[in-house]
Amino acid sequence: MCFEAKRLLKLALGPVLMLVSAVVLAYGPEVNQVNMAPGVTAVGERIYDLHMWILGVCTVIGVGVFGVMFYSIINHRKSKGAVASHFHESTKVEIAWTVIPFLILLVMAVPSTSTLLEVYNNDDAEMDILVTGFQWKWKYEYIDESGENVSFFSNLRTPQSEIHNADPKGEYYLLEVDEPMVIPVNTKVRFLITGNDVIHSWWVPDLAVKRDAIPGFINEAWTKVDTVGVYRGQCAELCGKDHGFMPIVVNVVSKEDYSQWLSGKQAEAAAIKELMAQTFTLDQQVERGKAVYERSCLACHGANGEGGVGKAIAGSAIVTGDINKHLDVGINGVPGTAMQAFGGQLNDVDMAAVITYQRNAFGNNMGDMVQPIDVYNHKKG
Amino acid sequence: MGDHHHGPAKGLSRWLFTTNHKDIGTMYLWFSFSMFMLGGTFAMIIRAELFQPGLQLVEPAFFNQMTTLHGLIMVFGAIMPSFVGLANWLIPMMIGAPDMALPRMNNWSFWILPPTFLLLASTLFMEGGAPAAGWTFYAPLSTTYAAPSVTFFIFSVHVLGLSSIMGSINIIATVMNMRAPGMTYMKMPLFVWTWLITAFLLVAVMPVLAGAVTMMLMDVHFGTSFFSAAGGGDPVLFQHVFWFFGHPEVYIIILPAFGVVSQIIPAFSRKPLFGYDSMVYATASIAFLSFIVWAHHMYTVGMPVAGELFFMYATMLIAVPTGVKVFNWVTTMWRGSLSFETPMLFCIGFLVLFTIGGFTGLMLAIAPSDFQYHDTYFVVAHFHYVMVAGAVFSMSAAIYFWLPKWCGRMYNETMGKTHFWISFIGFNLAFFPQHFVGLAGMPRRIPDYALQFTDFNMMSSIGAFIYGLSQVLFLYNVIATIVAGKPVSDPKVWDGAEGLEWTIPTPAPYHTFETPPKIDPAHAHS
Ligand code: HEC
Ligand code: HEM
Ligand SMILES: [Cu+2]
Ligand SMILES: [Cu+2]
Repeated sequence: MCFEAKRLLKLALGPVLMLVSAVVLAYGPEVNQVNMAPGVTAVGERIYDLHMWILGVCTVIGVGVFGVMFYSIINHRKSKGAVASHFHESTKVEIAWTVIPFLILLVMAVPSTSTLLEVYNNDDAEMDILVTGFQWKWKYEYIDESGENVSFFSNLRTPQSEIHNADPKGEYYLLEVDEPMVIPVNTKVRFLITGNDVIHSWWVPDLAVKRDAIPGFINEAWTKVDTVGVYRGQCAELCGKDHGFMPIVVNVVSKEDYSQWLSGKQAEAAAIKELMAQTFTLDQQVERGKAVYERSCLACHGANGEGGVGKAIAGSAIVTGDINKHLDVGINGVPGTAMQAFGGQLNDVDMAAVITYQRNAFGNNMGDMVQPIDVYNHKKG
Repeated sequence: MGDHHHGPAKGLSRWLFTTNHKDIGTMYLWFSFSMFMLGGTFAMIIRAELFQPGLQLVEPAFFNQMTTLHGLIMVFGAIMPSFVGLANWLIPMMIGAPDMALPRMNNWSFWILPPTFLLLASTLFMEGGAPAAGWTFYAPLSTTYAAPSVTFFIFSVHVLGLSSIMGSINIIATVMNMRAPGMTYMKMPLFVWTWLITAFLLVAVMPVLAGAVTMMLMDVHFGTSFFSAAGGGDPVLFQHVFWFFGHPEVYIIILPAFGVVSQIIPAFSRKPLFGYDSMVYATASIAFLSFIVWAHHMYTVGMPVAGELFFMYATMLIAVPTGVKVFNWVTTMWRGSLSFETPMLFCIGFLVLFTIGGFTGLMLAIAPSDFQYHDTYFVVAHFHYVMVAGAVFSMSAAIYFWLPKWCGRMYNETMGKTHFWISFIGFNLAFFPQHFVGLAGMPRRIPDYALQFTDFNMMSSIGAFIYGLSQVLFLYNVIATIVAGKPVSDPKVWDGAEGLEWTIPTPAPYHTFETPPKIDPAHAHS
């Protein structure tokens, strides 16, 4: 039933999505791409030029060295009657092949230094985004002077069924997220990058930004993108089991679209804040909780609470037991299992709703409920 | 000590209690080859999983254990012990010494290795699995977030560090004290020189590694927070300490290979090495520079820009002495009288591919570009060009070159050449496309990848299987040679070979140079 509906939706949305992606330029690796992408930032282009230039110098030296070598291999072989000459040691030659490479390196060092200084020029940023690496997702927090920060998590969107080869893989397999970072075009954006647990590394090749996300440190990086589009990257530092499954998507939009997006987000946050103070009826809770469950829990616990990667919710001892224990599992997860701590990902309203929903769905007719304030208090300890 | 003129003892006790440098060398070589096969098996598992996008054979957690163990076993179990084996066999024979200076320690430094690697491999069967934080095991992934087996891993690293230090002290003591009269330093064959310098590097940096893993041990078990930010520690400190060991380590791996190539290329060019003195100085400068470039592995951790610049300039400088070496080898071939037996083929393969690895090294040295290369398959390609096509190719060359001397039998040349060509083709098919996917944006150490990278990964896997298979041919050829190769008895197995080891009978008797040879003062090095 449910799958049927989803497929229909996909069929209907397909052409629309294709149209959209034809209009919005989508970047990311090309099929069988062999070289670095010049990217869409001034710094990226400088890095690309530097890369090509040094590759060129190496190629020229290589052709020289291998040329001499293959000349000898072809012409100075014993089987052709070559007689070995016995020359060796020539101070002149040896000075030459020490000094000339040194001079070439000096020449290389100049553009390398200036490009590096440019990469490090974090001044005059027009906005700041705090990027935090988690095992195994990214959190983006838009820092706002008024204290009204917008923040959200960005998770891999590719379903397990594609990863485990049950369904055909989509075009952006492993490079798609549920909620991308959104930034305005032609704006100097500074990233403040840190890690929550282990070291990760935030990398978007088209922006030429790669910086390690280290617990206890805040690293800085910046970008100023000059083309609207969707840019894709991945975590670049081994961070445990699902290191290969925490992509990055940056959606670069016009300044108008950006402020629209931001105010939408802020309104959302304000609405949640308002809701936090309210008390809900069981029906309201179940309705909201069902939506949250389908978005965040269904993948592992099943459409009918029958379980899968996660344990069954229907008839579970925890779900039908002490309500505080149940809430605790939702907030803090079960360490060492796929059951992650959702406390940082769901707001208190959604958390209260989903826990209530689980207790009153799939035949678990507990009749009790959790209110947002309970979640808040539980988190405070 | 009994009578030296007897042959070896019989049975197992010969190998357990031996203090003979040739026996110990042989054991090191077989041990390292078995580790090469084990690490190779892990590599095949990795490449099989990466053959297509999607997860087919293994789960991500196990995949990470495979990459970690593959790296650790190849570096510490295969490459390093193989060169120690070569040193054991050759250094006494090259400097006219009857044995190593400290034969009993020699026995120990070998025999603590097999149990250590058995322990390391057994972590695969422990709860939570083997270490999975990569061969560079960055904290806190390798401490707070590691499986319990990390304790056994730490113990293994301590013991194999001990083994390396004992081996190095032995080599230093032998080279300094046991050279035949007249064998001055500047007359020593280059293989001896490169090993002497390598041994100093080892003695200097192995204790640093031991320090790093000891701090890990304290963090895991004794509540310290060296590397844990939550307790006021510093995860980046781990990387500094690790790479202070790690960069010299890569030269520990490659310097003896330079030595091997510097012996073999002149032999098959029938012409002395072009610039012996400058080769010695280049080796020494590389060793010195290797201590001040470590943070080029850490350009993205957020060092101050002055630090980045320093490490960039210092790293670029390494290209100078490395270039001197390559130019020297090529000039040695120039106007020689070349022939292309298997050892020479492997040396030429080394020369071409190592040079390519040096070029990518220079590219990686450029800090701003490295922001795009770092932790991608481009780095994986780089270090396999220098480690496999560098160290492993030179090791293959060495075996083909000296095996007839060791066992008095000639290997099968056709099979040897076939081994070379299959290796060469397989290696390049496996690793050249990795430059492409790396530049296109494929991170390293991932069990699954975006569809855009599929074709090159498939090529890479096929190449890796070919390369892996060619090693089976190598094993067969070596065994066939030892058992039934055509006997050779000329002391100088190769007409162009120079050096003391070619003056003793073939096969090399169990004891050699019990009375020091006379060194012809006019006859410079090798
Ligand atoms: C990635 C998969 C995954 C997702 C998504 C997930 N869970 Fe779980 N969940 C698990 C696993 C695995 C367990 C079993 C843990 C264990 O071994 O005790 C579990 C257990 C639970 C339990 C305890 C069940 C019992 O009987 O022990 C509760 C309650 C729970 N999850 C709630 C949720 C909620 C609420 C959500 C959505 C907000 C959610 N889970 C999303 C994987 C998941
Ligand atoms: C011209 C000489 C060389 C230069 C300039 C050079 C430079 C570099 C740089 C800058 C990196 C870091 C890349 C990154 O992680 O972003 C690197 C990685 C590496 N190099 Fe080299 N290199 C050279 C030769 C060698 C040699 C001879 C070896 C070993 C035989 C070697 C082994 C490695 C290894 C193992 C790594 C990767 C370590 C890891 O992260 O797992 N390199 N090299
Ligand atoms: Cu990661
Ligand atoms: Cu290095």
